Amino acid sequence: MKLKRKIAVALLCMTVVLTFCPAGVAGATEINTYTYNYDYWGLEYECPDAYRPTTFITGDMLGVGEFKAAQGMYIRGDRIYVVDSGNSRIVEIQVQGTEMKVVREIKEFKGDAEVTTFRTPNDVFVASNGDFYIADTDNFRVVHLDNDLNLIKIITQPNDVTVDQSLNFLPTKIVADRAGRAFVLVRNVNKGFMEFEADGSFIGYIGANEVVFEWSDYLMKLFSTQAQREQMDSFVPTEYNNLYIDGNGFVYCTTSVFEDWAVENGDAKPIRKLNSLGTDILIRNAPSGWTPIGDQQWDDFAGMKGPSRLIDVTAFDNEIYYVLDRVRGRIFGYDEQGNLLYAFGGPGNKLGYFQMPVALDHMGEDLFVLDSTSGGITRFQLTEFGMLIQNALAEYKVGHYDKSAEYWNDVLKLCGSYELAYIGIGRAHLQQKNYTEAMRYFAIKYDTQNYSRAWKYYRREWIESNMGYVMVILVILIVVPAVVKSVKRVRKEAREEYEHELELSRKGK
Amino acid sequence: MSMNLNSAVKGNKQAALRLLKSLRYALYVITHPFDGFWDLTHEKRGSMAAAHVLVVLTFITRLFYYRFTSFMFVKVYWEQFNIWREVVSILALVVIYCAANWCLTTLFDGKGRFSDIYIGTAYALTPYILITNIVTIISNYVTVEEGTFVTYFSSLAMIWSGLLILVSIMQIHDYSLGKAILAIIFSVAGMMVIVFLLMLFFSLISDGIAYFVSIYKEIMFRLY
Repeated sequence: MKLKRKIAVALLCMTVVLTFCPAGVAGATEINTYTYNYDYWGLEYECPDAYRPTTFITGDMLGVGEFKAAQGMYIRGDRIYVVDSGNSRIVEIQVQGTEMKVVREIKEFKGDAEVTTFRTPNDVFVASNGDFYIADTDNFRVVHLDNDLNLIKIITQPNDVTVDQSLNFLPTKIVADRAGRAFVLVRNVNKGFMEFEADGSFIGYIGANEVVFEWSDYLMKLFSTQAQREQMDSFVPTEYNNLYIDGNGFVYCTTSVFEDWAVENGDAKPIRKLNSLGTDILIRNAPSGWTPIGDQQWDDFAGMKGPSRLIDVTAFDNEIYYVLDRVRGRIFGYDEQGNLLYAFGGPGNKLGYFQMPVALDHMGEDLFVLDSTSGGITRFQLTEFGMLIQNALAEYKVGHYDKSAEYWNDVLKLCGSYELAYIGIGRAHLQQKNYTEAMRYFAIKYDTQNYSRAWKYYRREWIESNMGYVMVILVILIVVPAVVKSVKRVRKEAREEYEHELELSRKGK
Repeated sequence: MSMNLNSAVKGNKQAALRLLKSLRYALYVITHPFDGFWDLTHEKRGSMAAAHVLVVLTFITRLFYYRFTSFMFVKVYWEQFNIWREVVSILALVVIYCAANWCLTTLFDGKGRFSDIYIGTAYALTPYILITNIVTIISNYVTVEEGTFVTYFSSLAMIWSGLLILVSIMQIHDYSLGKAILAIIFSVAGMMVIVFLLMLFFSLISDGIAYFVSIYKEIMFRLY
């Protein structure tokens, strides 16, 4: 009993000490978040941080009052435009170095319109000439303003047969291309994005899912009552949930309407890149065979269920794109081939974690995430590790394979299991005709295609340089048996002839 | 004493020769299956020892296939590789198949005994052993594009062995083709039943053991 009590006291002391000691004293000045990637088998491994959260700022800290249920954010130049939906305003913030200050609050516009204020706007797009496109959701319109807030045009429900006139026009997300064509995501419309000409006239839909005929659906309809059938028809999933237009005019969009199994077997395409015809041209070419879907593996716990539901996307000029996951508050970065570069972020109240992330955008190399519950903007800045990866990818893209390999070598020093680094170095070796080295690097990360190519060159080289031996072996295998055979035959004939003659001479005797 | 030893050595030598002879007969069986399987059991050209050797060779072939095929065609996650699962998937599968087949065919006037079925099945695995090992070696010298041959020959091995199993049933039990196919289908069903019963048995046993273990733990906690 005595011993037991002693142990209990010791344990209690330890607990007290541990509780009051600041945990991780050494790392206290540096915020480390959990950054990871997936290997060939879909298992996650930890990497150094590629992006680190540096600032968190709310509306109150900016002096304009808390953001209320903010839904959208757009960045153009050094300005962040936050769509403060709950307060029906748009806040323009200027970023100078680490400083952020409010330039203006946009609450109403000048011009000939019945209502010149907003009602629960959901998104804003700022064109390169400074024009605003505002998805003024609860006023059922899209407002196009110039930079001094003078009305240019208003887009409302198009008077078109393909548009269901009984439903309200509820624009939620909007982008516009250089020619002023607007792509509008409208709630209750499942035919893709609505596309409007620069003068506001309705062109049509773009990016609709191709409809696949399903026998099961047909049978279901055959055996269901009229009422059931109507209910089925009225089930209209909103296909996309966000879009982003990159510097080349391609529209990146995200969708979260799919079944869990579709993600597991790779049928779902949560991220798409649409060209002007609305065809998905996103490259899904990772050597591991994984496609950009966010998390490869997931558990259901703490209210977070199922695969990643991607709700926003932003694309850099070098075609690296980042997506934001609503379920677990994570950000995934992909290169143009669809390789996962890194994933970070998560649910929580700490810096770099989110409660209800809704929007993601970038300024230079920095990422900004808007959290609708906490009403704040988190800024992520590229670390040395992230910079190395970006440089390596950039050098590879312009064809400097050896320079790219140098960066990848530095990446490997920081993260010894980084998939792309091995493949990148392998490619540089392949380029320099170091086939055995290239094969070694490709084999480590199971890059079948590249390994096969390296092997093909290596084999050809080997055969060419050893042609002499190959010929000798062929000669030994083919010519020698033939010679031996013919010699044997000659000898046999000679012997038979001799025996024949011997017999003849014996008979003659 | 030395006489005994001598005769023992002589006996071993003879046994080894017999084993080799019956093993070489496997090459005849796979090329002349109808004739081969008939003589295998009825003329005692095969042997139990040779059958054991063939089954073990199949198992080793499987391991070689996993270990030495180029990673371009077969990728194995070695951290989760379980050799006992491979043992079960080859050896236990053969034994359960033979048991199920024997159970079925004794009821439907099959002529073969259990050992006949086992020997026949083992001999039918020969093409798999031969072809898979060759494919394993060749796979290290080809590119992905040429790899179609690898998959082609792998499936050839499977189909050949499958057909041999069918013929072995026909010849061992003196069945017609239709009856042999039915026998195989019902053998597979029988295998499922056997596996189900085994699992039921093991889960009941483990539950029973867990019950007594928990009683023991409970008592120990109370007494402590």
